[in-house]
Amino acid sequence: MPKMNLSHFEAAFLFSLLVSAVLGVVTKNNDRERVQYGIYTFVCFMVALFGIGWLMYLGHR
Amino acid sequence: MAKEEAQKEPVGIRAWAPAVALGWLVPGGGHLLLKRTGRGVILLVAITAMFLCGLMMRGTMFTPQGDDLLTILINWGGWVGDACGGILYLMSIWLGYAQPDVAGHVHDYGTKFLVTAGLLNLLAMVDAFEIARGRKS
Repeated sequence: MPKMNLSHFEAAFLFSLLVSAVLGVVTKNNDRERVQYGIYTFVCFMVALFGIGWLMYLGHR
Repeated sequence: MAKEEAQKEPVGIRAWAPAVALGWLVPGGGHLLLKRTGRGVILLVAITAMFLCGLMMRGTMFTPQGDDLLTILINWGGWVGDACGGILYLMSIWLGYAQPDVAGHVHDYGTKFLVTAGLLNLLAMVDAFEIARGRKS
C-alpha cells in the first residue's frame, strides 16, 4: 500500500470535497438541490478551514 | 382513497433490508440495488476514496476497549464508525492493513478519514432505507 503524505490543507481539502459529495447525495430530494447543497457544504468547510487557520495564525503571533 | 391507504400501508422488512444490508457491505450498493445508479456510483467512489486515503495515510483502526468512560466512548464509537465501512473494513482487517497507532498529523488525519468513511456509509444506508420505504425519491 503506497504511503500518502498530505499537508494539513491538502488533507482538509480532500476531506471537505469527499464529505460534501456524500452529504449532497444523501440529504436532498432532487438533483438541483443536491448539487446546491453539496456546493454549499463545501464552501462552508472552506470558510471554516481558512477562518480557523487565520485565527490560529493571529492567535500565535 | 385506496391509493392513500396503499401509501399508508407499512412497508415490510423485506422491502428495505436487502438495500440496507447491501448498502453496508458495499458503499452505495443499496442505491444501486434500488436503481439509483448515479447516486450509488457517487457514494461508492467518494466513500471508497475516503477509506483508501485513510489507509494510505496509515490511519489506525479502532478496537473496542474498556477502561474509563472516555476511553470506552472513543474506542467503541470509533470501532462502530470503522465497522460501518462494510467490505472495506473487513478486507483491510483480513489483509492486515490495520495499522498500529503512531504519532503524527498525517496518521491522525488517516484515522479520521477511516471513521468518517464508515459514518458516511451509515448516512448512505439511512438514505437507502428511506428510499426503499418510499419516503424519498
